[in-house]
Amino acid sequence: MTVQTLTYLFVGASFALYIGIAIWSRASSTNDFYVAGGGVHPIANGMATAADWMSAASFISMAGIIAFMGYDGTVYLMGWTGGYVLLAMLLAPYLRKFGEFTVPDFIGSRYYGNGARAVAVLCLILISFTYVAGQMRGVGIVFSNFLGVEITTGVIIGMAVVFVYAVLGGMKGITYTQVAQYCVMIFAYLVPAIFISLLITDNPVPQLGLGDTVNDGSGQSVLDKLDNTLLGLGFAAYTEGAKDTIDVFAITLALMIGTAGLPHVIVRFFTVPKVSDARISAGWALLFIAVLYTTAPAVGAFARLNFIDTVHDQPYARTASWFRRWEDVGLIAWVDKNADGRVQYGPGAPYEGKAQYTGERTADGARALTNTPTANRNEVYVDRDIMVLANPEIARLPDWVIALVAAGALAAALSTAAGLLLVISTSVSHDLLKKTLARPLTDRQELLYARLSAATAIVIAGYLGINPPGFVAEVVAFAFGLAAASLFPAILMGIFDRNMNREGAIAGMLAGLVFTAAYISWFKFIDPASSNPQHWWLGISPEGIGSVGALLNFAVAYAVARLAAPPPASVAQLVEQIRIPAGVEKPHDTHHA
Amino acid sequence: MNSTAYWRENLRLMGILLAIWFVVSFGCGILFVEPLNQLRLGGFKLGFWFAQQGAIYLFVAEIFVYAFLMHRIDRKHGVADD
Repeated sequence: MTVQTLTYLFVGASFALYIGIAIWSRASSTNDFYVAGGGVHPIANGMATAADWMSAASFISMAGIIAFMGYDGTVYLMGWTGGYVLLAMLLAPYLRKFGEFTVPDFIGSRYYGNGARAVAVLCLILISFTYVAGQMRGVGIVFSNFLGVEITTGVIIGMAVVFVYAVLGGMKGITYTQVAQYCVMIFAYLVPAIFISLLITDNPVPQLGLGDTVNDGSGQSVLDKLDNTLLGLGFAAYTEGAKDTIDVFAITLALMIGTAGLPHVIVRFFTVPKVSDARISAGWALLFIAVLYTTAPAVGAFARLNFIDTVHDQPYARTASWFRRWEDVGLIAWVDKNADGRVQYGPGAPYEGKAQYTGERTADGARALTNTPTANRNEVYVDRDIMVLANPEIARLPDWVIALVAAGALAAALSTAAGLLLVISTSVSHDLLKKTLARPLTDRQELLYARLSAATAIVIAGYLGINPPGFVAEVVAFAFGLAAASLFPAILMGIFDRNMNREGAIAGMLAGLVFTAAYISWFKFIDPASSNPQHWWLGISPEGIGSVGALLNFAVAYAVARLAAPPPASVAQLVEQIRIPAGVEKPHDTHHA
Repeated sequence: MNSTAYWRENLRLMGILLAIWFVVSFGCGILFVEPLNQLRLGGFKLGFWFAQQGAIYLFVAEIFVYAFLMHRIDRKHGVADD
């Protein structure tokens, strides 16, 4: 069988599995649809959270980003895991005890009114839509790379699958498909990682292999060899970063508190039966996430080393077949600057701008480019995603592993997209229609509206995936920055400070939101040319500004809170009640406000 | 049941664990990564290991420790959910 047939087979089988699970676990009430009936086992919820959390970016791009950033990749590794500690200790148990369906539910009840609820809905929708557009795009990219279909067709197939299981199954369907998707995803990530670790160090455990000796007889450890090789080629050392310490600090912090403030992650902890389950479930979630997140830096380092070994100073005609295959797709490009027929790799861009192909081949057989070559010695353009996508080929693994990686990447993208679409639809049907606009809805009507808004959200997300606003990569900074600067502080103060009032919380959320959005927009869209450490405030990049936005949120909230009346006695009672695990109920719909 | 005493114990446990969380991730992995890189752990520079491996292991362990100890505190104060 060819790689493509195998890929169709694996992807088709995994899709059939997801849809089968959705039909088996379809939702019959809003309780099922919003929080899976509140009866999910903490370990199952941990797995579902892990799949929800790890997106196409974690699966496909992260190892590649680390491979090229070296130590600086730490911001993603720590930033996207450390937030779970905050979630487990500061938010999840209390929100579970609160016992309603959504994050705006909590903000609306705790800050007594629709004003706070509406601001929370606004934050939630902004955060979730920016995030989901990237996921649908990821689905399209995987389809086009592995199955040779147009990105548009790929996005539409992805939409159809998510449609079936999110609209039919709601949170219940999503939870159990995410459990399956986690298994597919982690298996697909570990198999090539183990083989590439064996290939380079003879150690089957990638996490240990990263600290092991390279098996080329040199006696050097992987990281030492990588440092030496990169320094020899004129790069910075792998284990030392190029970013300023303050920026590494700010980005890591923003990603951590952003993670803890992401609605689609928080809502997963509404689905377990008890408060103690919410705590332990966060532990399971992070354990399942850590399996991939501790493997990724190993994959990154191995892949970079292997890439340099197989590519640098090789005659083009003798490069590995994957080099030419991915060149055909446009993820690799080569310009023979010194006309020696060999591929030289080094720091800097090989040519100016994006690759423009003449449509012809050079004498060596490479795709000819019209771009102006740059003055440096580097002749190779490599897309970072190649490090995971091409890993099975680099490690000379059988074709079924390639098919498995395709199925894994799709599982990662679909599971995250479904989780995001669900919180969007919930906030529209429940928070906006029912609570904010106070429409009297029966449970069945509300369920119908929830399904309709899920369907609408999928269509919008698909549209954004097919016609990406041109800044999909950049908007991730947006999602985390906004979550860090708006929702996280409001929820935290709601639990830990019983005197925080409505006026303070709303002012804080808006200040954090506006400041962070303005800072990111300025450097990303209005004046991107000035986006460098000299112009950044205190040297903090747009990726890291969410941590400053969060501080601003706290400061404004406390300043404004002193000017307004303290919260009513019923709120103090609510705060007392959520701090105590005993007496936890199934999630339900009440009217505190 | 004394809810103030319960809450104070919770805050104390949380404070200790978050201090460790901060020291290991932001401390060892970022602020003091360079001096720690002078030391080695097998083939790793120690600071680099904390940043890309060690901190993540600690995060996982801390949540389980918190869940376990917190459940004991719940029981001690008669507010456990089981």
